[in-house]
This record gives sequence, structure tokens and C-alpha cells, in this order.
Amino acid sequence: MSESNGFEPRIVAYVCNWCTYLGADLAGTNRLEYPPNIRIIRLPCTGRIDFNLIVKAFEMGADSVLVSGCHPGDCHYTAGNYHARRRWMLFRDLLDAMGIDLRRIHFTWISAAEGKKFQRVVTEITEQTRALGPYEDYRKVVEGGAC
Amino acid sequence: MLEELRQTCRALLADGKADVVIGYAQDDPAMPAYPVFVTRPEDADRLVWNEMCLPNLVAYLTRPEIKALGKPAVVVKGCDERALVVLAREGQVDRGEMVAIGVACDGVGKPREAKCSICDVHQPRYADVVMGQAKNEPVDAAARYAEVEEFLKKTPVERMAFWREELSRCVKCYACRQVCPLCYCTRCIADKNQPQCIDTSATLKGNFAWHLTRAFHLAGRCAGCDECTRACPVGINLRLLNLTLARSAEAQFGYRSGMDPEAKPVVGSYSLQDKEEFIR
Repeated sequence: MSESNGFEPRIVAYVCNWCTYLGADLAGTNRLEYPPNIRIIRLPCTGRIDFNLIVKAFEMGADSVLVSGCHPGDCHYTAGNYHARRRWMLFRDLLDAMGIDLRRIHFTWISAAEGKKFQRVVTEITEQTRALGPYEDYRKVVEGGAC
Repeated sequence: MLEELRQTCRALLADGKADVVIGYAQDDPAMPAYPVFVTRPEDADRLVWNEMCLPNLVAYLTRPEIKALGKPAVVVKGCDERALVVLAREGQVDRGEMVAIGVACDGVGKPREAKCSICDVHQPRYADVVMGQAKNEPVDAAARYAEVEEFLKKTPVERMAFWREELSRCVKCYACRQVCPLCYCTRCIADKNQPQCIDTSATLKGNFAWHLTRAFHLAGRCAGCDECTRACPVGINLRLLNLTLARSAEAQFGYRSGMDPEAKPVVGSYSLQDKEEFIR
């Protein structure tokens, strides 16, 4: 709780095993410092990242979600990230219509060699989320109780 | 037209071209027609066709208890036929092993259903036999999605407040799922509890998760028959969510579900040219 207002964003990152997770690993082994607000969850592929996981993260109190995987053409399973990209294109429009804040959902491609990019992205997202404040609007949904 | 429909169905059953005709029956002309499953030629006179024939009968084709009756023939309106096209494309029905009886439709419901005002499939296009004549006038996309455009003028916070109010009424009866011709999974993710993905109780949290899931599992698939909206006992505007995704699929991929039997499904295929300006 370094900030004076006491708000530390909680950010959930769903990353693919083959690129972004290794990118994060590289950032670590290179001693690149990035904010500790991020909770990394490793999945086999961005194609595996069910949209329900994003919803779940918000339900469990995340202020932002990061979804990251291999650059187009680099997918370990050939096309997982292409399928994921198309799904996100549709999913973002649905979330937007539901009134969910799109500034809190981030998508990136980070390769295993891009430790620096991982550091930069995490720093940016953390700062951006800090500026937005806690995700009160979704908290209202979670605490809405029985209908 | 009604006599022609009964005659055709009688012949289909008598000639063994179909074992069951899924059609509409009605007791009171003022009340909505209900589904009827005719297995004997002499019962074909129970069938009706009029503007109160609201249900989408395509939903029954994937039910095990209906499959058990044998080769089906189904009465479809133009909008219902779109769902049939999707089912065939997804390998859920074998078009060669069934008969689609199309009926020309000028709109259903009193007052008319919302979908009918933007309908461009009054005349079924792929049915095996078609009764009656109607004209398919093109409707432009702006008119088709006017409802969504209007809704999107609200700010995100207002939209969220709208859905909080709307979804607070949901009692999780899953009528929207049961009635949907394209919700055919034998085990729905909403019923899975190890691990449990969607809160099963009718809390606002669980309702948001469910309605997001329902809508998105139909992304690029929903044929817009609006049965979910009609079945909803608390009147949630599910149509708005379905239209949102239909608009998204049409704007980004030029794809309208159920319109072209040859078109590749929008989810499940991909293009190297898919836009990614939102990905950094």
C-alpha cells in the first residue's frame, strides 16, 4: 500500500504458456522491475482463454484483466491466437453493450523474447488502472445479492 | 394454403417420407399456436398455419425424444429456417434425412413481433417444399440494428445500470436456453459444477455471468428468431444482446448467420486480416 489513497489495483493476467509466460520469465531473469499488482495465470494458449475467465476475474475483484499470447504467426498450436483474436473482436462488442468498461480489459501479443515489452505493458496497465480507480461498477453487480 | 399444408403432411406421412410432422396446432384463434407432433396421416388435420404460429419448431429437431420418433418433417417460417441452416452447417441435423416444409409468412403475433418489422426472409429459401408466396425485400443494416445503435448512445455506466435493473429480474429458469434452437449442448456449462464457472443462484453476479455466457455462446450463430425473448417470464430484453452480436458479426465479418448455407461460421474460422487495433 504505497499510494497515499491506499488503492492498489488488482490485475489478473491470463497468459499463454509458450510466449507471454516466457516473456514474463525473461523479464524476471533479466531483473526487470515491474509492479507487483499483476497476478499471472498461465494457460496453454490464448485459444484456451474462455471468456468466462475474464468475467470470473471481475467477479473475484479484479480491477483490470490482461490477456496476452503469441504474436500472429507464432502460435505453438498454429492458429490458437487467430481464433482467440476473432473471439475477442466479438466479445468486446458484447461487453461494451453490457456497459463493462473496456479500458479495463487489455489484449497484447508478447513473445518469449519481449521481456522488456512485458515490463512496459504491466507498468502501463497498472498506472492506467490506478488512475481509473477500483472497479466499483462491477462490485455493484457482485454485491447485488439475491434478486 | 392451410389445406395444401395438411395435404402435403398427410402425403409425407402416408408415403413414409416422414415419420413425424412437427407443426402447429391451436385451440383458440386468439391464443398462440402450440407445437404438435403428428405421426399418423389421419391426424394431419390438426395442423394449422396462421399469424399466431409463433414457436420456432426447429428447436425440436435436436431433442432425443423427438429423434426417437424417426425421420422428421418440420414446418418452418423464413426466420426459423435460418436456425435450421445453422444447425445443418454445424452438423446437428442431416438435411437429407428430414423434410423442411416452408411457409410464407407476413409476420406473426398480435401485435407483430419486433423481429417481423425488420424481416427480410418472409419467403423460406431452402425448404424442400414451400407453401404460399411472400416477397423478400432487402432491409438495410442501419434499420436492422437501429435498436442497438439507439442503446449504444447511452454511456457505459448507464448501460451497466440498465442491465443491472434488467438482469435483477432474472430467476434463472433457463427458459431462454430451453427454447433456443441453437442451444443444443447435452450438458450446458451453466450446469457444470466441477469446477463451477457460473454462479448457479439467481444473484445479480450469477445472472450477469449467465447472460454474458448465453449471448456469447450464440455469437455469430443466433439466427434472430427471438424465442428467448418471447419465452422469458420476466421480460428481459435478450433480443438486444443477440442483436448486438449479430451487428458485430455483420459489421466486422460481413456475416449473417443462417443466410448462406455455404458460408463459413464466423466463430470457428479466422482470417489473417482480422483487425487487431485493440491489441497492443
